This record gives sequence, structure tokens and C-alpha cells, in this order.
Amino acid sequence: MNVEVRFFASLREAAGVGSMRLALPEAAGFDALLEALAAQLPAQAVAALRAENVRLARNQELLQPPFVLADGDELAFLPPVTGG
Amino acid sequence: MQVDVRVQEPDFDAAAEYAALRKRLGAGVGAVASFIGLVRELHPGPAGDATVEALHLEHYPGMTERSIEAIIARAAARWPLLDVVVIHRVGRLDPGAQIVFVQVASAHRGAAFGACELVMDYLKTEAVFWKREDTARGSRWVEATGEDRARVSDRRGDA
Repeated sequence: MNVEVRFFASLREAAGVGSMRLALPEAAGFDALLEALAAQLPAQAVAALRAENVRLARNQELLQPPFVLADGDELAFLPPVTGG
Repeated sequence: MQVDVRVQEPDFDAAAEYAALRKRLGAGVGAVASFIGLVRELHPGPAGDATVEALHLEHYPGMTERSIEAIIARAAARWPLLDVVVIHRVGRLDPGAQIVFVQVASAHRGAAFGACELVMDYLKTEAVFWKREDTARGSRWVEATGEDRARVSDRRGDA
């Protein structure tokens, strides 16, 4: 199955891209997602995605592990927000 | 309650927003509170103050608007509000530029003041935006301040 992964702000700069399509095994969860990303991104970027204060959204809703991803999901890695 | 959330690059006109509010609301409104945030020139850092040449605001279209609507709903659960407008700019912003506008109308001032402040406090900590500062020393992504987080944790127990 395929998912779309988006990166924002400092994570976009670390990844070097704003978004990517990613092929994942069926019923992939957080570990399989990070494993697939590690095959595509620099180690430093993957470490940044794993930081404790980074949140993950699926189809624009915040997501907590454990979870099972589905074909066509839009995932987004969000660094701590700083609006206002 | 009317809610209007806009995330946009262009500047906004606070007087025009107030005039539009007066036009669409009847005589039930007794109080309007508004807040405008501006881009400050100086940013305090560990090596002394740095002059900000520009801010860059990034957002996640769709999720950002919904995060602001959720904040407004939180304020509306606590106070009887008639009309709320939030405008947040994105893209490049120079020092002195307007960055955020919050306007709350209610029957009484307590609700208008309270809701306006609550919305701003949560805009700092929950709305989906990221700020990058360009200074003479380079660019950096801004981190949430302890003061902003403290203002929100002081609100534990809010609706």
C-alpha cells in the first residue's frame, strides 16, 4: 500500500523535501513507517522525526501509537507549533 | 455564534473588520474586544538580542484552520459569544507587520475580554503554525516559550 508523508518547518528542512509517497507493508504501524522512512532519508532527519516533541497527524487528525495505517493515508510530522 | 477563520498572506484591516461586524450584528452586542499581534524587531537570544530581518510563517492548510476553530469552540463553551473573527497571516512578514487579529463580540465585556485572551493564549500553543526568524546571525525556527506554555497550563480547568 502507499501513503503520502508530509514534513513541516524544521522537519521539512531536515528531510530535504516537503512530502513523499511511501510504499509500506499492509497493516503498517509506527515502526514500519519509520523503517520505510529510514530507507529514504538521512539518519539525522529520521532522528528528528523521532524526537519526543514531534507529533504525527493522519488525514489532518493527531495520531497516537499504536495505530494501523491504511492505503491512501496522508501522514504529517509536526514539530512544536509557534503561532500567534 | 458566527465564526470566521482566515489564514492568509495579505495584510488585514482591523477597522474594516470592526465595521463589518457592526453591520452584521444587531443591538444585542454590548462588547467587542480585539487583539492585534505585530512582528517585533528584537528577539532575545542566549547571545544577546538579535535584530529580526523577517519572519516566515508556515502552516498546514486545512489542519491549521481546524485547530483555530477548535480553540474558538473552547472559548464559546465557557462564555456566551456572538461573533468571533480570527485572521492569521502566513508567508514572509517584516518587523512591524501585523501578524494576527482576534475580534470577539458578546453581550458583556467580561466574556469579550476573557474569550479574546483565551483564544490568543491557545493560538500560541495549539494552532498549527511554525515561525522562522531570519536575523543577521542566520535563520532559526522559533521554539515555544516557557511563558506561553505556562499561560496555558494556568488555564487548566477551563472549559
